[in-house]
Amino acid sequence: MTTPSVTEQGQAGQPRPSLVPARLRKRLQQFLAFGGLIVVFAFFSIASPNFFNYGNVTSILLATVVIGTLALGTTFVIISGGIDLSVGTGMALCAVMAGTFITNLGMPVPLGVLLTVLFGGLIGLVNGLNVALLKVPPFIATLAMMLAAGGLALVISDSTPIYFSDTPGYVEISIGSIIPGADFPNSVLILAAIAIIAGVLLSRTILGRFAFSIGSNEEATALSGIKVRQWKIIIYTLAGLFTGIAGVMISSRLGSAQPGTGLGYELQAIAAVVIGGTSLSGGKGSIVGTLIGALIISVLNNGLQIMSIPQEWQNVILGCVIVLAVYADMARQRTA
Amino acid sequence: MEPLLEARGIVKRYGHVYALREAAFSAYPGEVVALVGDNGAGKSTLVKTLSGALTPDAGEIRLEGTPLRLTGPLDAQRHGIETVYQDLALAPDLDAAANLYLGRELPRSGPLGMLGVLDRNEMRRRAVDTFGDLGIRLPDVAAPVRRLSGGQRQCVAVARAVVWASKVVFMDEPTAALGVVQRRQVLDLIRRVRDGGVTVVLISHNMPEVLAVADRVEVLRLGRRVARFTAADTSVEELVAAMTGGIEQEDAA
Repeated sequence: MTTPSVTEQGQAGQPRPSLVPARLRKRLQQFLAFGGLIVVFAFFSIASPNFFNYGNVTSILLATVVIGTLALGTTFVIISGGIDLSVGTGMALCAVMAGTFITNLGMPVPLGVLLTVLFGGLIGLVNGLNVALLKVPPFIATLAMMLAAGGLALVISDSTPIYFSDTPGYVEISIGSIIPGADFPNSVLILAAIAIIAGVLLSRTILGRFAFSIGSNEEATALSGIKVRQWKIIIYTLAGLFTGIAGVMISSRLGSAQPGTGLGYELQAIAAVVIGGTSLSGGKGSIVGTLIGALIISVLNNGLQIMSIPQEWQNVILGCVIVLAVYADMARQRTA
Repeated sequence: MEPLLEARGIVKRYGHVYALREAAFSAYPGEVVALVGDNGAGKSTLVKTLSGALTPDAGEIRLEGTPLRLTGPLDAQRHGIETVYQDLALAPDLDAAANLYLGRELPRSGPLGMLGVLDRNEMRRRAVDTFGDLGIRLPDVAAPVRRLSGGQRQCVAVARAVVWASKVVFMDEPTAALGVVQRRQVLDLIRRVRDGGVTVVLISHNMPEVLAVADRVEVLRLGRRVARFTAADTSVEELVAAMTGGIEQEDAA
């Protein structure tokens, strides 16, 4: 057998020798989003004297927690070629369940939190079963769940908010500070911790590998002997667990479970994922990108608010940013 | 010599339409055997029954003399039979190493491995060795397969089958979508695979290519084997005649 070595350079007769190594190019995509974040951050710092200070940066981070948590789970689903529209109202339902467990049933806070997160996993499991076993298209399956979860949240709570006034410990989860002396909200630390877990899951483990591979070519993945249906169920369940965590985070921050909220968060989460460079057609994406995307959204919301730009215009600008981000990503891929 | 893989009397029908009418096929150890036939002769159907993707309605398949009943492609893989599918069965967003190990990922040793953490460095290192052994040159093993040329992608797909195949590799039109240079890359690879001791079953429409790379040729017509040739002793005209019904060998069926 002849054994020429694998070369790093392109050969004669082979098209497109790569000028930028692939690993660096992957980073480039994140630099692009990161550059965008720096630009909007710098812009608001110059435009408004009230933007760049400890208190406001902390509140931007705090505002990133819920969308960021939802976006982490959504990243897995979108990379695997699916979509999850149920995370917004699913989060509201989980918040209501937390209220039911802790306030109405009087469970200890840790147990209530655990059950709430698991309940989120149950929502995701139902999505996964619908998509993987019953072959309902992800858009439809999770749209149905979006409606059902929103309705259930109202039914279970009797359309009234559930307060956590008897359990001050619950509120501490989100806005308390375990760093002594610093007024730094725990929920930001929690987001950082689950983002690291998500990052390891996506880039280092078999779950992440299969998510990419299913989103890239589902048929080839199945022909390779990978149990695609089983892994899809796991991926949607994972997204559900993040929904449950988000339900805890939002209700502990507000001190109450608001059953009528949640709608619209799923679109913000998807926007964060897309701004972060994850392809809606699957197969591409990263957790770092998603976090940057979520930060860009909350920096924009916060900065525009500080500059007293009306909410309506904030949405218009956010819409433009999403298109810009996707367009920049496409342009980068053409030239690279 | 005893055939490595042998099929006799294979019948496959779809409703009233017979795709295979008691088709026969044999592949010997360490050869490249081409399976040729006109459109609708039953080549793909036969290959699918031999590689476990279809269950025949009747007939017998033997691997090294022992009867074989395949329950699916994975079962075939367990018996050392791999298939390179026509439409490039790769995940284009994953790199070449990840594609080579798709479905057979190596976990890290120890507790991290039990948690599903992959040994990416080891897989990448072994992939570089594998591609080197097979003489496949890639500009960058860490690049998504999408960025490779068609020939390089097909080489990765072939390598993927070859690495895990201990006995037989089926290749359904492996050069169909390729240019001249890329076609040569894949044909060279097929010869190297054969030289490594694995039998290659090649399905192709390209008669000069078949004669260039195959040791033997088996011809299917209307769901039956109608002729067998040694590649060195036949010609494109003879193959075409057999495919279209001009030649029929009594002992072939």
